[in-house]
Amino acid sequence: MTSRSLDAAQLVTPTSREDAIEAFGDGAELTVLAGGTILMPELNYGRLRPARVLALWNAGVAGIRREGSSLTIGAMTPVAELEAAPEPLATAARSVADREIRAQATLGGNLCATPGGEIPRGDLQAPLIALGARVTTAGAGGQRTEPVEDFLSNGPGGRLVLEVELEEPAGAGHATVGRPHSHGFTILAACAAETSEGVRVAVTGAGSHAVRVHSVEQALAGGASPEDAAENVLKDVQPRDDALASAWYRQRMLPVLVGRALHDLSQKEGTRG
Amino acid sequence: MKLTVNGVEHDVQAPQLASLLHVLREELDLTSPKAGCQQGGCGTCTVLVDGEPRRSCLLPLAAVEGAAITTVEGLGAADELSPMQAAFDEHYAAQCGFCTSGFLLAGTALLNGSPGATREEVLEALSGHVCRCTGYVKIVRAVEAALHGEVHPERVEASFEPEETEVLIPGSPA
Repeated sequence: MTSRSLDAAQLVTPTSREDAIEAFGDGAELTVLAGGTILMPELNYGRLRPARVLALWNAGVAGIRREGSSLTIGAMTPVAELEAAPEPLATAARSVADREIRAQATLGGNLCATPGGEIPRGDLQAPLIALGARVTTAGAGGQRTEPVEDFLSNGPGGRLVLEVELEEPAGAGHATVGRPHSHGFTILAACAAETSEGVRVAVTGAGSHAVRVHSVEQALAGGASPEDAAENVLKDVQPRDDALASAWYRQRMLPVLVGRALHDLSQKEGTRG
Repeated sequence: MKLTVNGVEHDVQAPQLASLLHVLREELDLTSPKAGCQQGGCGTCTVLVDGEPRRSCLLPLAAVEGAAITTVEGLGAADELSPMQAAFDEHYAAQCGFCTSGFLLAGTALLNGSPGATREEVLEALSGHVCRCTGYVKIVRAVEAALHGEVHPERVEASFEPEETEVLIPGSPA
């Protein structure tokens, strides 16, 4: 526990996107508060006593905008609203925690989710990567828009997530280690989407954030069957042990789940939405 | 900061980033929301914010300024239970009681928003709430009775005949 009191935190609540970007600056010495589902436990248990908190609830960066087959999703959009987004994002959103959490947790928070303990969080990351989504952030050097996988590998430090853009895919697939009504963290999940640049595949639960699995995509593009292509997933990720599952289990389940996601995709291809 | 709880406006002194749960329990002496896990996972601190169920442990005070908060203290009185409370009473849906406030409010929100909810929708709506006495069958039965308008407070002195075993999720051990 740190010695600073919660009272000492300076709370900044910008009322526009521009004000939020200005208040964020380069993000130094600043804690961003979106939905609060990750930050509040840190405050409740005294593990974090921030000096300055930027709360985004009035910053006008929430909501989904559709133009044809393009969607722009604001950082403060609650996970619950993504239950109506294109697949595989919708299925992943529906499997996040429970009704109350989904109503409060946000897209931006999910993209910036650090592991809880050693356990990976951020269930929306894999579907966003599979969809080829691009994220716009602000920070030192101004705004930039980049693929979600690049944002994740650079880490969220120093960047304020503003919105995510994606195109409705021609088809989508999703597979997870299912444990209905036990709202723990996701052990493993695989997502696939047929995009304008081909089939994209990503997995959650095999690292500190979701990972795009290029080797599977390349095998598919080379004509491999979904089952054979799925075996390549272990070239791109090195599963670890954590409190949820062993690396041994994940190594065996990953190709199975990727294969299921690809099978799911092949069943739905050509049926938009 | 002003906070409206159960229709009464309060001036509260807690820090802006204190949790709503902390303010309700420690400053306003409203102890129906329980401090369980305090990280959003157990459901016992659930309150209604503008009619929607929310975890009060995850809401900073500043985020609910101007909102209408409802706790169990605002649902009904001992001699005039709300329909959901009456259903819990009739169906013996409370054991130790620690989770009961959260279930009552989640159930109340479901009753107000989706009174025609199916069994699956009821389970989904309640799924963020943990009962460690594992009294789920009676809780689900109570919520469904309230949804169906089948509440008979006069039958609280129920019979002690053995009840039929009910499995909520096929394949699960009750």
